[in-house]
Amino acid sequence: MSPVTGAAYFWISIVKILVVFGGILGLVAFWTWVERRGAGWIQNRLGPNRVGPEGLFQPVADGLKNFLKEETLPPFSDRFLFVLAPMMAFTPALITFAVVPFASPLQTPWGVMNSAIADLPVGFLYILAIGSLGVYGVVLAGWSSNNKYSLLGGLRGSAQLISYEVSMGLSAVAVLVLAGNITMNEIVAKQQQSLWFVLPLFVAFFTFMIASFAETNRLPFDLPEAEAELIAGYHTEYSAMKFSMFYIAEYSNMVTASGLMVTLFFGGWDIPFTTWDSTPPWTVWKFVATFACFWLKVVLFLFTYVWVRWTLPRFRFDQLMDLGWKVLLPVALAYVMVVAVGVWALESAGVPFGLGYVAWLTAGSLVLGALLLWGLDRNRVIGGSASRQRARWRADAARARGAA
Amino acid sequence: MAITVKTLARPEAESSYVRATLKGMALTFRHLFAKKWTMQYPEQTAEPGWSLSKRWRGTHRMAVDETGKAKCVACGLCPQICPANCIKLVPGEDEKGNRYPLVYEIDEFRCVFCGYCQEVCPEEAIHVGVHYENAEYSRDGFVYDLARLMRQPHELSTLWDPSDPKGE
Repeated sequence: MSPVTGAAYFWISIVKILVVFGGILGLVAFWTWVERRGAGWIQNRLGPNRVGPEGLFQPVADGLKNFLKEETLPPFSDRFLFVLAPMMAFTPALITFAVVPFASPLQTPWGVMNSAIADLPVGFLYILAIGSLGVYGVVLAGWSSNNKYSLLGGLRGSAQLISYEVSMGLSAVAVLVLAGNITMNEIVAKQQQSLWFVLPLFVAFFTFMIASFAETNRLPFDLPEAEAELIAGYHTEYSAMKFSMFYIAEYSNMVTASGLMVTLFFGGWDIPFTTWDSTPPWTVWKFVATFACFWLKVVLFLFTYVWVRWTLPRFRFDQLMDLGWKVLLPVALAYVMVVAVGVWALESAGVPFGLGYVAWLTAGSLVLGALLLWGLDRNRVIGGSASRQRARWRADAARARGAA
Repeated sequence: MAITVKTLARPEAESSYVRATLKGMALTFRHLFAKKWTMQYPEQTAEPGWSLSKRWRGTHRMAVDETGKAKCVACGLCPQICPANCIKLVPGEDEKGNRYPLVYEIDEFRCVFCGYCQEVCPEEAIHVGVHYENAEYSRDGFVYDLARLMRQPHELSTLWDPSDPKGE
């Protein structure tokens, strides 16, 4: 029952890298198709359905086109950074997934294999560190294009990513406090022992989800490429494979963000209502079943991305900043305190970690979550111009009554 | 005085963030499975309840009389009124003094399909038609000569009648 070591570890890692890399790229290609057909269906159209059965080969055709297209290099651009930017966006997007365990461990002839490529002890810190590197791709692309729209897109991107990085990290801190560990495998194990953390940490999940929409530059937060205002934002000047790399980066960021939400809040590869999957022996069937379960959850989140994209309109930039700094950040920060106090109280009371332990937190989080959703409704904590105007009218009326 | 901006006082339930978002998500989800209106064009050129407007202005057609000759008398009004200057007309006269077109060509590529030629024609000879599928292998192919204009089998366009604008 010892872990894989030595040369076998090297070769198994290589295989895992190839599988995950290929799998993510395949999922990304598939998801461009899902996005376009989903867009069509939501708008009562059919979407691309010509290339191959149901249009499934559309991504292949698109990829081929992108390989064969002319690479343009705008004059007066900073050539070095212009070429570097897509790589800077592409690489972090793909390597972030390395620490996410996507199935149960597997018993191999050389020992027990962990499903994550690298089971880093710093797990979540690695994700925060590498995930924020993606912003360099956006900023450098915007700056090196020598195009005012690209620059605006890049600047918006940097401001947005930095703002939401904070709330994303802070809402994940609640998970780390509850799990008492930052290794992804431990976080999954803790959820298997009790409940999925979405219940005891509902508010953290809510802020994490909003922040991850902003982090992946997806609607309603796609201001870096807001096509109505900025043509295509930071990748206006890019064509062919360089453009495609930004596109792949966006979608693999989505996959990673969904993988994170699943791992932190939805039990990772845990199959609900059974302990069969989380106890040894680590058979192949167990591996396959948990693998399927993990990717099913990821696909559900990916679908939410598509669904939200074709539902919500884009925020204005000041609204985006308001939401990030004035709502998400205080909420996430306060919630860390609440969870820390809750965990401290339960530890002091000597409650053992398990169902009873998280049941208390679940009750608290559901109350707080209901309060948050109630407060987020217009006119309570935040309001639009209409509610401000209404308040002004009321004040005027009160003053007039006072004068009369 | 500062500029006053009109602000609509919408009901809260319609403009709230959380409720409105959930309502919108439910709506788009229903539309995922709703009836799709796309007509799969090359395979499917018509479906029940769908037709081109009678007033559609498409490919031209030259009307012919009972003897099979073009009705055109080469008066020259259509090339005169044509805003795109796409009609080429060379008039001729037979031994009885009847005018007829020696050359009558319309460049469908230049044409803007305004239908003025049909409106101005005193003999109701040249028409725009209820037809849109024009494809050729070369630009020259889009210059339709008289014989080709007379051969066109499609319906003639019913143009707008100023005394009855809604077609009643």
